[in-house]
Amino acid sequence: MITFLRRRIVSSAIPLVFVVLGVFVLARLTGDPVNLYLPLSATEEQRAEFAAAHGFDQSILAQLWDYLGQVVRLDFGESLRTGQPAGEMVLTAFPATLQLAAVTMLIAIVGAVLIGSLAAYRPNSLADRVASFLSMTAASIPDFWFAIMGVLVFGVSLDLLPTSGVDGGAEVWVLPIATLLIRPFGVLVQVVRGAMVGALSAPYVKVARSKGASEKRVVFGHALRNATMPALTVAGDLTIGLVNGAVVVETIFGWPGIGKLMIDSILQRDFAVLQAAVLLTAVTIFVLNIVIDICYALIDARVRQPVAA
Amino acid sequence: MSATALSVEGLRVDLHTPGGVLRAVDDVSFAVRKGRTLALLGESGCGKSLTAQSIVGLLDPIAEVTGGAVHIGGTDVLTLDHAGRRELAGPVLSIVFQDALTALNPVQPVGRQLAEPFRIHKGLSRRAAKAEAVELMARVGIPEPKARYRAYPHQFSGGMRQRLLIAMAVALGPDVLLADEPTTALDVTVQAQIMRLLSDLQSERDMAVVLITHDLALVAEQADDVAVMYAGNVVETGPVREVFDHPRHPYTKGLLDSVPEHAVKGAALPAVPGSPPELSAIPSGCVFQARCPLATARCADERPRLEPSGDGRATACHFTEELSRA
Repeated sequence: MITFLRRRIVSSAIPLVFVVLGVFVLARLTGDPVNLYLPLSATEEQRAEFAAAHGFDQSILAQLWDYLGQVVRLDFGESLRTGQPAGEMVLTAFPATLQLAAVTMLIAIVGAVLIGSLAAYRPNSLADRVASFLSMTAASIPDFWFAIMGVLVFGVSLDLLPTSGVDGGAEVWVLPIATLLIRPFGVLVQVVRGAMVGALSAPYVKVARSKGASEKRVVFGHALRNATMPALTVAGDLTIGLVNGAVVVETIFGWPGIGKLMIDSILQRDFAVLQAAVLLTAVTIFVLNIVIDICYALIDARVRQPVAA
Repeated sequence: MSATALSVEGLRVDLHTPGGVLRAVDDVSFAVRKGRTLALLGESGCGKSLTAQSIVGLLDPIAEVTGGAVHIGGTDVLTLDHAGRRELAGPVLSIVFQDALTALNPVQPVGRQLAEPFRIHKGLSRRAAKAEAVELMARVGIPEPKARYRAYPHQFSGGMRQRLLIAMAVALGPDVLLADEPTTALDVTVQAQIMRLLSDLQSERDMAVVLITHDLALVAEQADDVAVMYAGNVVETGPVREVFDHPRHPYTKGLLDSVPEHAVKGAALPAVPGSPPELSAIPSGCVFQARCPLATARCADERPRLEPSGDGRATACHFTEELSRA
């Protein structure tokens, strides 16, 4: 298990290095911050002074070297917009995104396992066809459209729910979660259903029934654990998608998470914050991948143990 | 003569396919006595596995029992509801499947799967069920059963997996054990070991065994009686020795003639010409007519019924008389 983990960590760390480099290069391709921050009327001296103050006057390699040194020390510099430390801004915004993602995935996984299993238990039954149709629809609805329709119907016409912000009780969560939930939920129901149909027709399920196992035992004791692997792969991917910004939802609902922070920093050429945000997201994905690998190994012994005769 | 443990009478199984309803098992009857072995012998697709699955109530959704009765201990198990069948599954009636790799749950330790019958039917605690399972593993010849209790199916060889599967099936000492090609996936030496284990367990527990196979040699070695199946029908039944020495059905005769031991050295191996009919094209008369050297017009019109001949044998052929004299 330890060897398994060490191998997984090393192999996932390599892409992380590329992310660190890629962020630096791509951020500089978006335009010159000096032109953006200073008025058109700024003199050459003012421009040079601004560039010197933020290190933009140095060669790209020198800037990269500084950047890497800072990354190693977990110092991401200061925000061009607010003057606050970038790392601090990112860490302040991050929990809002994590909460949103965690609640969403929890609902999606529990719901999908129940509905997917129910649908798979009797393939082509009415319950199966309803579940398949609805989940297909859910998986196909564009989230930005759903979000705007939600705001229009429940926020404006019916005036039941707040349209943005985090101040208030449970009702502020409803629209953002519903928007984030709809696609992962639809996709997961389909995946769980497919995997469960396969698992329930496997010989070991027949064997379990031949031992007199109850249907509950057959479905949840034998089949579900075998169906978990494909569902876990997709769930992990969807979670990464959610953590990776929830950019649209956070922008529409004014949710102060990392997605909104990223969009704002891109629009403002706020390199320091952008780099910190992307890097934090990358680290989160790195950690998530390892967590998913650990889950695989816990669920299926074949992943962690060599085959022996 | 010991009591009949299992009797199947006029069993019919239909398959619901997109192309229509197909009769895969037609009017199959046989009986097995306590402590004895009956071999259900036939080619792939002849309906022998469907027969076994109907008896244990584990047919796939496309298959349906549409007629007949299966008596075990005075009850027609086909009339039982789901809960009633579950009570029998394990303590009374049990099955060993062919492919032990897919028949064991890959993500559960084997010990837990072996302990399951004790947990379900005897309500034993985890610890007590584990003790029973370890004992069972030792009985079927798993080395170091205590240590191997927590191992997973992929960590066992094919033969060991089949031993585990057999252990699971005999855990509660069933009255009737069905073995669906239990050694097909194994090499010959392992096959012999497994069959010996099965025989030992059978005499220990006085089980009636239905051995489903296509292997003539296995039938000759293991079974007391044989029921030869062809295209969903039983064409001949009787004690193995008599049926094999003096077959009374042209299909049985053809099968036995094709065994290499009986062939003349240097000559081409005799074979039954042609292949079994598709389920969608089973003729209305005798199912074997197309491949039968004796077929006449009567065979095309009238399906011969399985007629007992009074000496413990039965044959479904219009020419039984002629064949018995030969």
